[in-house]
Amino acid sequence: MLKQTPLSAAHRAMGAKMVDFGGWDMPVSYGSQIDEHHQVRSDAGMFDVCHMLVVDVNGADVRGFLRNLVANNVDKLKVPGKALYSCMLNPQGGVIDDLIIYFMTEDWFRIVVNAGTAEKDVAWMQKQAQGRGLTITPRRDLAMIAVQGPNARARVWMAIPGAQAVTEAVKPFNAVEFQQYFIARTGYTGEDGFEVILPAAEAQAFWHLLATLGVKPIGLGARDTLRLEAGMNLYGQDMDETTSPLESGLAWTVDLHSGRDFIGKAALQARDINHQLVGLVLLDKGVLRAHQPVHTKHGVGEITSGTFSPTLQQSIALARIPLGIAPGAEVEVEIRDRKRKAKVVSYPFARNGKALV
Amino acid sequence: MSIPADLKYTKSHEWAKLNADGTVTVGITHHAQDLLGDMVFVETPAVGRKLNAGEECAVVESVKAASDVYAPIAGEVVAANAAVEAAPEAINKDAHAAWMFTLKPDNAADLDSLLDAAAYQALVESEAH
Repeated sequence: MLKQTPLSAAHRAMGAKMVDFGGWDMPVSYGSQIDEHHQVRSDAGMFDVCHMLVVDVNGADVRGFLRNLVANNVDKLKVPGKALYSCMLNPQGGVIDDLIIYFMTEDWFRIVVNAGTAEKDVAWMQKQAQGRGLTITPRRDLAMIAVQGPNARARVWMAIPGAQAVTEAVKPFNAVEFQQYFIARTGYTGEDGFEVILPAAEAQAFWHLLATLGVKPIGLGARDTLRLEAGMNLYGQDMDETTSPLESGLAWTVDLHSGRDFIGKAALQARDINHQLVGLVLLDKGVLRAHQPVHTKHGVGEITSGTFSPTLQQSIALARIPLGIAPGAEVEVEIRDRKRKAKVVSYPFARNGKALV
Repeated sequence: MSIPADLKYTKSHEWAKLNADGTVTVGITHHAQDLLGDMVFVETPAVGRKLNAGEECAVVESVKAASDVYAPIAGEVVAANAAVEAAPEAINKDAHAAWMFTLKPDNAADLDSLLDAAAYQALVESEAH
């Protein structure tokens, strides 16, 4: 039996093609995933991200707990509502999950974790929290809907009377509470927009209201092409428990320079770094896919995520390849036993509707 | 769901059409394109290539996934559709018009071993459950 979100019935009613996504009954597309992609880049689209889990951590010393738990430094969070992207590492320096931490008050931080890792994450957090007098609360009573695109914020303001006044000045990667809504200016598409957390019982009505305001539903298919164009990592593909964040394009999230100790730090410092995550653009015909070998002059690497980019109209990928191959270099990707030319590029590939490579 | 009665079908979701000159034109079915979604890449077999029944001979890729295309019957490739390689989305628009290649069959009677429209419909319905 697949797990349902509060919106599963709404997806079916809107003609979605549903798939088993890590045990969840989720919409992959409502028709053309390319049309959905362009809809988000040019206007506004909404995503059911209720399968992801909101975890509230409460207690006197949440900050101290998070200083030890995650690789990024929560002391960067000084203003209520500010968000931080971080990896949560195991003692070997592998990535248990990547997550977003919102600082609300010194005794309340809100964390959003991936769907597929949610149970493992909560168990790990509870283990690390032992003896600290903290409460860790998985919030399956909450729903999460992402509204993304250049017109996304304006549509949310139409849907929630009064929200404009309290969220217009909210900067990217910040959140604010308003009535029963937790409105965060975060997302996974490279576009402006909000991730709205609200009571699960309200989710269907809010979803339908957004639809009447011209916000189109977007499936997981377009979510993946959007996030890859935006150069955002996907847990389980671009990183996992066996890979170092330092070889997954996530060094910018790992705080090795402050005196703070955190789980996995010593292992990261002891490990050699031999690989880097780069962008690839396919120069020949075809489509780049995860696990295809990438041949470089310094050895063989592997594509971690690949797809066709609707914005660039060619295939793009993230790949983990040996160090020393710089943007502009040509490499060869093995696609079904044939070597195809690709160019190494810096990512993101697209942002705010525009191609960057 | 469109399953034309004048075509033959394979279990791997190709359609085959017997032409007046005895050649057989091949494509992927409406159902297959619906499962795969937006097509972005097609590779057809080289003209002159000899194929066994069931042999991998072409590739279609959607944004979502790559899928092999198999020869429905044995024969020699006598034509390949360059237009569908240039515009893969034609398969989404009309899968039964967007052909991929034409075969000169080794034995035209091999077509009889393929599914007719009713049998293919039953296959599609059984896969949906």
